[in-house]
Amino acid sequence: MSDTTTTEHPEPEADEAVEHHDEGHAHPSDWAYVKIAVVLAAITALEVFTYFETVLDWGVALVPSLIFMMIVKFYLVATWFMHLRFDSKLFGRMFTAGLILAVGVYLVTLTVFEFWV
Amino acid sequence: MSADTVAADPGHAVDGHDEHATTTGLSHTKLAMWVFLGSECLLFGGLISTYLLYKTRGNGRTLPTDVFDIPFTSVSSFVLLMSSLTMVLALSAVSRGEDEAGRTWLLATALLGGVFIGGQVYEFTSFVREGVAFTTNPASSAFFTLTGFHGVHVSLGIVMLMSLFVASVKGKLTQRNAETVEIVGLYWHFVDIVWIFIFTVIYLIPAD
Repeated sequence: MSDTTTTEHPEPEADEAVEHHDEGHAHPSDWAYVKIAVVLAAITALEVFTYFETVLDWGVALVPSLIFMMIVKFYLVATWFMHLRFDSKLFGRMFTAGLILAVGVYLVTLTVFEFWV
Repeated sequence: MSADTVAADPGHAVDGHDEHATTTGLSHTKLAMWVFLGSECLLFGGLISTYLLYKTRGNGRTLPTDVFDIPFTSVSSFVLLMSSLTMVLALSAVSRGEDEAGRTWLLATALLGGVFIGGQVYEFTSFVREGVAFTTNPASSAFFTLTGFHGVHVSLGIVMLMSLFVASVKGKLTQRNAETVEIVGLYWHFVDIVWIFIFTVIYLIPAD
């Protein structure tokens, strides 16, 4: 693995053998992808649990909890599966710009419906 | 070097996989895909916003939220989530030059996408049977438009995956042009991300 690879990218946890490539950027191993998928599956199970769970009273914590779990899943897919964690920051900026614009447009629209109609 | 980071990035123009140097040092194709995905955020942002604004407007008729089948949709969501894993494994395999494994994972991804679409067709059909059709009320129109557009995106993704599979069978998809797999993968993961959002905001968060 090139020195560029080791210095430009954050270091995920190390525990397995490393293959070495002479060129290119580091991407996670297959095992790392599987671990991320297991985490995603667990979070999804927790989300669904909140829907069926009747013993605990989530109350006002329900919606923030669901949104938090959604954001974590979103982050994991974008950074690990879409490689934003390892790629050029420019790619992430392009995507984030659209995302922020979309959220902004929604909030403005919601404001219009809530306050101006 | 981390143990979890092993494979080379097939989509980076300066890593030797791409013959054409670019002024940014980045693959223009990949950059274009990211710009496209940024614009797609606006499309789905608009559709999701519309649904959230109209979700309680039933005009006295059945709302989509009244007929949601959360267990069924949860399974569909899980299937789509796992298709992201198979997609990234396909890219990983093709990047290592393991064409056979790459084809297997591409096919698995397409099949999981097909299962998701099949589930959506079943869901739409059962909604119509229960009195929630496209024109029933503003809420149903917004719901079918949003999830329908997402379904079209998944379907297009399946077409792209099958195109890659066929190209691989013909020997036209190798380690050298693994960036193509990564570009399709970005699109596929984006479709998954959108569903992550839809599943929580539309299905799981209570309507009122």
